[in-house]
Amino acid sequence: MTNGRIVLFSAIALAGLLLLGSALPDWATFLLIIAFSKGLAALGLVVLLRSGLLSFGQGLFYCVGAYGAGLLMLWGGVNDAIVLVFAGGFAALIVGLITALLLAGYRKIFFATLTLALSMLVYGALTKADILGGSDGLNLHPAKFVGWQASATGSAVYAMYAIASVLGVGSACLMRIHFGSVRGLLSLGVKDNEIRVEYLGASARRVIFENFAVAAFLAGIGGALNALALGHIDPELAFWTTSGEFVFVAILAGQASVAAVFAASFLLELVRSFSSQYFPNVWQMMLGIFMLTIILFLPNGLGALLQRRPRDKAVEGKAR
Amino acid sequence: MTAILDVRNLNKTFGAITAADDISLAINSGERVGLIGTNGAGKTTFVNLVTGYIRADSGSIVLRGEDITGRSPRQITCAGVCRSFQIPQLFLNMTTEENLIVALGIPTGKAMSPCASARAPDLRAALEDLLTRFQLDEVRHRVVSELPGGVRKLLDIAVSVTREPVLLLLDEPTSGVAADQKFVLMDIVMGALPDEVTVLFVEHVMDIVSRYSTRVLAFYDGRIISDGQPHAVLSDPRVKSYITGTPD
Repeated sequence: MTNGRIVLFSAIALAGLLLLGSALPDWATFLLIIAFSKGLAALGLVVLLRSGLLSFGQGLFYCVGAYGAGLLMLWGGVNDAIVLVFAGGFAALIVGLITALLLAGYRKIFFATLTLALSMLVYGALTKADILGGSDGLNLHPAKFVGWQASATGSAVYAMYAIASVLGVGSACLMRIHFGSVRGLLSLGVKDNEIRVEYLGASARRVIFENFAVAAFLAGIGGALNALALGHIDPELAFWTTSGEFVFVAILAGQASVAAVFAASFLLELVRSFSSQYFPNVWQMMLGIFMLTIILFLPNGLGALLQRRPRDKAVEGKAR
Repeated sequence: MTAILDVRNLNKTFGAITAADDISLAINSGERVGLIGTNGAGKTTFVNLVTGYIRADSGSIVLRGEDITGRSPRQITCAGVCRSFQIPQLFLNMTTEENLIVALGIPTGKAMSPCASARAPDLRAALEDLLTRFQLDEVRHRVVSELPGGVRKLLDIAVSVTREPVLLLLDEPTSGVAADQKFVLMDIVMGALPDEVTVLFVEHVMDIVSRYSTRVLAFYDGRIISDGQPHAVLSDPRVKSYITGTPD
């Protein structure tokens, strides 16, 4: 697919989502905002997975993004949702760049456990930091939208949904273009064979460093969205179970499609919400059954459903 | 002729084993040099030392007047030395075309630009040229892990020349290839390379060495025991005794 077509499809998808949001009840719109915010963090994880690395600490950047936006609102007096979301993204990016310097040289289980350790370190520090609300966290004010303060709950939810949709679709579009670029292929090359990458004159470490920073930025934006939608930030955002959720979404989605990442995130939120409502005592078990079903029947994730079969691709190749 | 590679007193030991024993040589621009020797003679170690895969204990490696001793593989590649491997080092889960696009995108800087399209016209033109020169067009859409060994060897070499090296080192380009295909492969490779590229190749088949090299270096026990034109080296009594095993 050419870049122009990707942008066109993204614009159509965005228009559809904005229309859909205006027709949905508030609870469903809210669910979609959370799905977008977690989908952004999971998309960052997919960027890393494409270079062969699995992070169990993506929650760290999700949390930094949320706290970055929240503290700028509470301490800095900034109320604009768009500014706060990007501030969260940049806060996570700065932390991401510093951590990337430390972690870009590690691979496989060492990378995974170090990212997990760093996120738990931040979680521990936040629970003890009374100035940041300790383990209870902090409540946020309702945000403004380009100077406009929503008077009704529904309007505020829709405005936040619109921002989440633009950021979600925009990021998906950019990442889709990137995955199809030479640089995107180079990431897959790093995953496949670092020796060849180095003997072609490229730096595998630099590729991983940059991918890590992108993943942190996306998670930061997601965290900030989550904070503004919920109106609350707490250390749980950096807890390992949050990172585990992102891993779950990334596995559920697979690496074949960026749209599948958001679809997987929404599906997870849906299953979680309905399971906790109708099976309040066994909803974690329902989630486990759901995950097992996906791994057994769709080992390449939801994205595999959107991909053409290899045989079709081969036939197309011969036809060319 | 100008010396493109100047190696002086190169030494490398692995524990008690001496893999490079005071090797000194100069390779001239445009030469096609065959490296021969029994297993463990030091041929691949020499290739690995020149390309930075392993570091020398002592000695110097100078490329076009620039000291590249101790540099990383990436720095040496950027300086103009490229290589293929005895076991092809490719991106196994990508197609032939994708392997070449990544390789072509790195020297042009496209591989580090976040959105540079893999369909850029200049990239496609270079890709088509490589696919034609190395006769890989039929397998362009096939995933590398599904390709036969000989095709992988060809692709490994094609990938290594995308940077337009001044010195190309091929580590056993015909190993693992069916006997009747070895000459076919070498014909394609040598035909695809520009004349100005200096080539060093490690080879065990003496007929290939005779046909495709202008100079032969015979390795034994980490040392070069004979250096000269193919017929002179292959008829050297020491080479016959230690390497080829052919009677006088």
